Amino acid sequence: MGMYNLLVGGAAGQGVESLVSALEYFFKQDGSEVFTMRDLMSRIRGGHNFSRIRFGAGVPKAHSERLDGIIALNEETAAFHREALSPKGFILMDSAIKSDDPRAVRIDMAKIAKSLGNAKAAGSVAVGAALKLFRVALDEASAAEVFGRVLRPEHVDMNVKAALKGYESVPERYKIPAGNARDMMMLSGNRAIALGALAAGVQFYAAYPMSPSTSILESLAQWAEEAGIVVEQAEDEIAAINMALGASYAGTRAMTGTSGGGFSLMVEALGFAGMAEIPVVVVDAQRPGPATGLPTRTEQSDLKFIISAAQGEFPRMVIAVRHHADAFYQTIRAVNLAEKYQIPVVLLTDQYLADATATIPMLDPAAYPRHEQAQVPEEGEYARYRFTESGISPRRLPGDKDALVNVDSDEHDERGHIIEDSETRVRMMEKRMGKLKLLEKDLQEPDWLGDEQAHITLVGWGSMYGPLQEAVDLLNQEGNKRYGALVFGDIWPLPKERLKQAAAKGEAIINVEQNYTGQLAGLIREETGIEMSTSILRYDGRQMTGEEIARRVKKEGF
Amino acid sequence: MNTPEFGKMETAWCPGCGNFGILDSLKLALEALGKDPHEVVMVGGIGQAAKTPQYLSANSFCGLHGRALPPAVAIKMANPNLTVIVNTGDGDSYGEGGNHFLHNIRRNVDMTHFVHDNQVYGLTKGQSSPTTLEGMVTGAQAEGSQNIPFNPVLLALAAGAGFVARGFSGKPDHLQMLMERAIRFKGYALVDIFQPCVSFNRLNTFAWYNSRVYELDESHDATDRLMAMSRAMEFGDRIPIGVLYEKALPDFHEKNSSLSQGQVLAGRRNDPALVRRYMSEMV
Repeated sequence: MGMYNLLVGGAAGQGVESLVSALEYFFKQDGSEVFTMRDLMSRIRGGHNFSRIRFGAGVPKAHSERLDGIIALNEETAAFHREALSPKGFILMDSAIKSDDPRAVRIDMAKIAKSLGNAKAAGSVAVGAALKLFRVALDEASAAEVFGRVLRPEHVDMNVKAALKGYESVPERYKIPAGNARDMMMLSGNRAIALGALAAGVQFYAAYPMSPSTSILESLAQWAEEAGIVVEQAEDEIAAINMALGASYAGTRAMTGTSGGGFSLMVEALGFAGMAEIPVVVVDAQRPGPATGLPTRTEQSDLKFIISAAQGEFPRMVIAVRHHADAFYQTIRAVNLAEKYQIPVVLLTDQYLADATATIPMLDPAAYPRHEQAQVPEEGEYARYRFTESGISPRRLPGDKDALVNVDSDEHDERGHIIEDSETRVRMMEKRMGKLKLLEKDLQEPDWLGDEQAHITLVGWGSMYGPLQEAVDLLNQEGNKRYGALVFGDIWPLPKERLKQAAAKGEAIINVEQNYTGQLAGLIREETGIEMSTSILRYDGRQMTGEEIARRVKKEGF
Repeated sequence: MNTPEFGKMETAWCPGCGNFGILDSLKLALEALGKDPHEVVMVGGIGQAAKTPQYLSANSFCGLHGRALPPAVAIKMANPNLTVIVNTGDGDSYGEGGNHFLHNIRRNVDMTHFVHDNQVYGLTKGQSSPTTLEGMVTGAQAEGSQNIPFNPVLLALAAGAGFVARGFSGKPDHLQMLMERAIRFKGYALVDIFQPCVSFNRLNTFAWYNSRVYELDESHDATDRLMAMSRAMEFGDRIPIGVLYEKALPDFHEKNSSLSQGQVLAGRRNDPALVRRYMSEMV
């Protein structure tokens, strides 16, 4: 067997997150690739939080619905997830928890922790036991290294002892194939975006905290002092984007991030960025709406909103990030394209990808060279909105000795002054909207996964990449039909070539999305006239697995 | 008025509007301070007052209604060598932009906020503003405004602003002096400026203001916050104008490690070696 799935669950406040972080490191240090999804409730104490850690060799960018082991810090965890557990699996739990499940492995977690001086170390006893079951070597040094990364210094020693006690308490059971992920990076989707921002030269990030986008703000804030950048918590999302626009006007690469609710507040300023031609990148980490919705869960339901947000018409680009490495590279690309075309670019991610951790090969911060503005000789006085052959007006910065930079949210002339005449209005509209045509040269076609000669094409976007990757693999393992998947990253303007090819040659085309209305399918229909054969949708705030998609494709008769 | 550096432009204001006096005093203040138009960024929201940046020769950022302060402070963060001045009205600053007003006092970025306070909405033709007096009948307040008028200078003092002043467009020399002091002040500086709206405010006319305002003299200690608050509460037959409060505070840049040495973010790059180090820490 190439990989395993371990679920760790408990109430909020029981330290599930630290245990999961520790386990991820232990597995990675042992050479395993890792993908961890986080299923959180919107509360600080109580409830039922869990994470599913998938580890081993050839781990896809998605979790599995099957389980090989459960670490249950409370009774609920064992009860909720035992159905998904393999017959040969285990449920690690405290001896005090009652269970008639023959797969239960009871250890004196609480007692051991108490004897070491802190009941809160009980989870680390279970970590040690789980490592032993999976035959991951553990000694004092390796335990100290890993706990040193995830716990406060004063807690490390006790948790090391707890893990070693747990390790002694069970026999070895599984064998993980040897892997080489030890030298890989491990990070969350949001951290990949924050790192991408830094690599792209972003020097200003303003945001208002909102799940699941907040960890971008917090990552950048941790680096701000050393990197010499400004990271500011704004008083609201309206301020956040308007601050980013001010910083960008003054010559700083600027970004903001939020979720759908905060984006709703940013909408007017998004149009302002389009009108005033100020580059800005906005991250929308989607969660189920409308309104407050399910604050800590996942959905892909902001697409149609984002591509049409704000009154009037203006050019914008929307990129849906698909996986961790993609989140990094697309952030750099988004910043560059915002600068190149002087437009707002929205990066769409979602809670699933934002909070999930994955191991990935070392990233390359120089993959996309920084966009540098061409130096155009000026005739006469500088005009911010000069009509040019390229369609892009050269940017100058306030403070430049020989230029005054005037920007305006009103319709304006080349100098940035308010106008109302028909002729200037038409020329300015055409100048701005013309950027959408220019942008086509930079569009990336969707990624193709699975069989090149597929009869049946699944179509998705963003974080559906991982589940679709697994789904086509599963579907292609059986039967004689061939399956492939198109996963969109650039989604507005919509790239159409591969889509048209797939529609022309295939017998069916099916959209797979985490929303109710099939928003990508609607966009494709509007832009190309291509109709989906059927839709596979989910909108309960939980990400589909590859297994679920494969099952539902079959059930639909494809 | 034409000045050598800041020019003269055609305006869309009504004849007799208080904005003219404010614009003239502003140009004279900038000239007197020796400012070069290239180092000045005028920021406005939306409204008659917010058109001010369009009417003098300098860099300008004419943004959205109520949203002048957020870009203004960020412009200063990006480039501390710029002189950042916001000119907007009472509706823009205290109504639509009220939240930004509160929190940018707290942020204390070195910039100047001139509020053209005519106690009415001009651009939308005469509805009540946060500073409209109780009882004033307007198109939208048919029975008269019923809300308690907002006291911006008292609120700024309570929120901790380091520079709070009140001026009157009908006293241009005095206003110019206030503007110069406000621009020189290191930190967030508020000058609430009374200004008659000749088209839509028949209550608070030039004569109304002129008969009430008096200039603060030496008997006022502008370093005494309680005295400043008690003066700020005088709003009846007599209304004080002048610097109510001035006290140096550490500003945003001083407290921010990325800006405390006068760094200019604009045009700067991030160190690729640092990105690689953070990446290696994730291994």
